[in-house]
Amino acid sequence: MSLSIDHLCVAYGARQILHGVTLPALPAGSLVALVGPNGAGKSTLLRALAGLERMQGTLRLDGQDVTRLGFAERARRLAYMPQQLPPGLALGVLESIVAALRVGGSDDLLSHAFEALRQLGIEGLAERSLDSLSGGQRQLVALAQLLARNPQVLLLDEPTSALDLHYQLRVMGAVRERVVAHRLLAVAVLHDINLAASQADCLVVLREGRVVACGAPADVLKPAMLAEVYGVEARVEQCSQGRLQVLVDRALA
Amino acid sequence: MTALAQDGAALAAWHYRRLLWRRGLLVAGLALLLLVTVLGDLASGASGMSLGRLLQGIFEPTTLSATERVIIWNVRLPYALMAVLVGAALSLAGAEMQAILDNPLASPFTLGVSSSAALGASLAIAYPLGVAWLAPSAQVTVMAFAFACLSVVLLQMMSRLRGAGLQSLVLFGIALVFSCNALVSLLQLLATEDVLQQLVFWTLGSLARADWHKLGLLALVLAVLLPFSLRAAPAMTLLRMGEDRARSFGVDTRRLRLASLLRISLLSATAVAFVGTIGFVGLVGPHIARLLVGEDQRFLFPASALVGALMLSLSSLASKLLLPGVIVPVGIVTALVGVPVFVVLVFRRGRSL
Repeated sequence: MSLSIDHLCVAYGARQILHGVTLPALPAGSLVALVGPNGAGKSTLLRALAGLERMQGTLRLDGQDVTRLGFAERARRLAYMPQQLPPGLALGVLESIVAALRVGGSDDLLSHAFEALRQLGIEGLAERSLDSLSGGQRQLVALAQLLARNPQVLLLDEPTSALDLHYQLRVMGAVRERVVAHRLLAVAVLHDINLAASQADCLVVLREGRVVACGAPADVLKPAMLAEVYGVEARVEQCSQGRLQVLVDRALA
Repeated sequence: MTALAQDGAALAAWHYRRLLWRRGLLVAGLALLLLVTVLGDLASGASGMSLGRLLQGIFEPTTLSATERVIIWNVRLPYALMAVLVGAALSLAGAEMQAILDNPLASPFTLGVSSSAALGASLAIAYPLGVAWLAPSAQVTVMAFAFACLSVVLLQMMSRLRGAGLQSLVLFGIALVFSCNALVSLLQLLATEDVLQQLVFWTLGSLARADWHKLGLLALVLAVLLPFSLRAAPAMTLLRMGEDRARSFGVDTRRLRLASLLRISLLSATAVAFVGTIGFVGLVGPHIARLLVGEDQRFLFPASALVGALMLSLSSLASKLLLPGVIVPVGIVTALVGVPVFVVLVFRRGRSL
């Protein structure tokens, strides 16, 4: 299973957001991070993959044209997670996942929902109210809503924004684990370049709606690229555990 | 390990089913409470006819005098039932509005649907259409209905403008309320004494306009629309978790909104067209229901309808008891009772579950 993106364009009226994004086939079992400065079109690309934006170009999953799939079928195979669950919802954790499954019309909702919670190790929260959870716990519940539907592709829009360090790693760790165990493809917009470098198999760097670089973190993260895309003077160093670290020294004028 | 996991799953399933049961029971309890209130409402009135006599009269009409028959069939029953149906319609419309506009302040009253209906009705009263085949009172209802629908369409168009956020929609609703009220005042200023009285009475919102035709029509609208509301409820619950989330889970939110909008216009416009402006039931009803049964719209919609019916039934009862010998228009009562409740809700966003 792989996802291939060819000449993908998105425009809001006359304003072109994505200028023909083309990527090599993204294979199952990998975590792809979309990175780049604000306004680069990362979220728009993700939304286009999810079918939430009108787009041109081709999008193939296993060679099959995704845009030709029906609304419900596409949603079943490519699952999208928006930034945060809205606050103030009077719903229980398990209830919210069952509610999300019910629309898809699958059977045995309850056991699917519970299994998703168990996979993420948060089955203890099942009876809690969404409102009583921390931001990180809520994000794990949102992820459980996705996993319960057994999708092939996970599309995650800034899954770790506004989370503390513990939950940043827990959420990304849970995604990684699912990706490897179930041979899924995860595409995530990540703001934190160091988190992206340590978690992703492949980085896609976007700027002004175009792909600037694409490849393994070690190949992509170079001082020249960081200067060009982010406008910063930075060093890329390997820490004692072998992971890459981007150390930013100053903003370039 | 697997046995433990299965135990956990079974326990969670048990908790979940208990939650559903509790919510179902709460809805049933509301229905029971409504029945009691309606009986109380039926039993009170200026004529002092007792509940026993009234029930006897309903089931054995031959034992009644002519006056008693008029009191039962033309006054008490239509008033009491109208309160139930209008309350249910407004509150259900409010619940759907709050869901599709993602706005806790949305209701037919706060976003100007009631005011628009009042403007339409006032226009029809002050300047009759001159359509021979439609009775003047029906013309008022039709105009109120048309204006109410128009306002909902305007609201929907506003909410879909790019960059129109939560606040701007509420502000637009408030602007609608003010402009319609200003135009109604203008009509009142220009009206003759005779017309003026009708205009003022219409804007007050009163159950005194109840009759069996209107009751039948409103009951029909509710009976037809409620099943559609319930069918849309699972998708609506998902919509409450965010527009993008719902869409990415395969919900066609455009179609969902459009269908819901149609229901909202029919429900609120029919209710307002028949009894005039009745405030706060459509706003507060869904909030009270949400505190009771939570956000699952499969329970929230029926619970909202029941709470709305209960509120208006109680208001109807209060409207007879407030001033001895005078039936205060029920719109005044709901506003007086609703405002404090509304303020409390705004300042103390309750948590439930």
